[in-house]
Amino acid sequence: MFKQMVIILMTSVLVNNYVLNKFLGICPFLGVSKKLKQAAGMSVAVIFVQVMATAATWPIYTFLLVPNNLKYLETIVFILVIAALVQFVEMALKKFIPSLYKSLGVYLPLITTNCAVLGVCLNNISDGYGFAESLVSALGCGLGFMLAMVLFAGVRGRMESSDVPKAFRGLPITLIAASIVSLSFYGFRGIIDNLFK
Amino acid sequence: MENKKLSILLKGIIKENPVLVLVLGTCPTLAVTTNMISAFSMGISAMIVLVCSNMAISALRKVIPDKVRIPCFIVIIAAFVTLVQMLLQAYLPNIYDMLGVYLALIVVNCIILGRAEMFASKNGVIDSALDGVGMGLGFTAALMAMALIREVIGNGSIAGIAIPGLENFKISLLMMSPGGFLTFGILMAIMAKVTGKEKKLDCGSCPAASMCGKTGEECKGGAADV
Repeated sequence: MFKQMVIILMTSVLVNNYVLNKFLGICPFLGVSKKLKQAAGMSVAVIFVQVMATAATWPIYTFLLVPNNLKYLETIVFILVIAALVQFVEMALKKFIPSLYKSLGVYLPLITTNCAVLGVCLNNISDGYGFAESLVSALGCGLGFMLAMVLFAGVRGRMESSDVPKAFRGLPITLIAASIVSLSFYGFRGIIDNLFK
Repeated sequence: MENKKLSILLKGIIKENPVLVLVLGTCPTLAVTTNMISAFSMGISAMIVLVCSNMAISALRKVIPDKVRIPCFIVIIAAFVTLVQMLLQAYLPNIYDMLGVYLALIVVNCIILGRAEMFASKNGVIDSALDGVGMGLGFTAALMAMALIREVIGNGSIAGIAIPGLENFKISLLMMSPGGFLTFGILMAIMAKVTGKEKKLDCGSCPAASMCGKTGEECKGGAADV
């Protein structure tokens, strides 16, 4: 059981990284990775919402949609739950933990439309994970998002000081750097098989 | 009058191409462009959702209260996405399996919410439909262009049909995820060279611009400082 949890966690952080391998959450990955502090702040907010969203959507799907034969409503229900949850988290943070709200608040509205959050909720269902497995997978994919963001913020810091050909300035060179970072994650292929199986 | 309608339709294809100029919908652009068939079906599915949701939102624009418009838009879009999902599952199950989770993720595709916010909530039903068709065609065209490059060089085939003489010259990197970023980056650089404009993300390409309300310097979480 524990071993399986570790495998799910490692797989979603390193091997099936949501940003670099499944292309989910590319907008914040390109938009908010300019500075390390912002990248880390955004990632913490994503991890938080992702785990909360999974904790909310999994029971709704299993105990509400499946028994009533409403499986086809999952897309609508999940996106509504996520939107409501983000709004609720924002209000709760504002009221009870203003200091945390100050550092995370600006990232929260961006998260409703972050496809990684909806993606992880839908993938947990289609992979047939149980409740605990879903939570671990959501946490792992959030951590993977953070790893990619923080690494990439470092790469972009270096890019600032380099002389880029004119046509490549701005977004094109950022994408090409992302391609190289993504390639480096291919080095983790097989790590799960060799470590645990 | 005719000209205005035509220009609404055409601007989405080149001048305001959602993928290459507005930089919206990057996730599906990178994910489903490993072959022409999935790129084409993704483009068409998104176009159907875009046209329907644009028309619905435009028709309801005077009824929807301003404060809760984003959740309302999301519900309308999600309803149409579910419809497309069910239709594909029933009639084209192969394509449904091929697109996988990315089909459901059309809901959070920034192109659709972006057009709802920027165009459909301010214009009439017919104009919004035309805008949807134009943007949808632009999206499909950009996806197909990406897929053409990736499939021909990476897999030596077009739409699943092998090109004779290329079977020993596949650069399979292009079929993998790094290849997606690489192709997209190079395409954008070509666009920048041709138009002479440096490519930057701005609030127009930020999915949350409408919810965020901050512009320029104030925009901390968004893309203004890219």
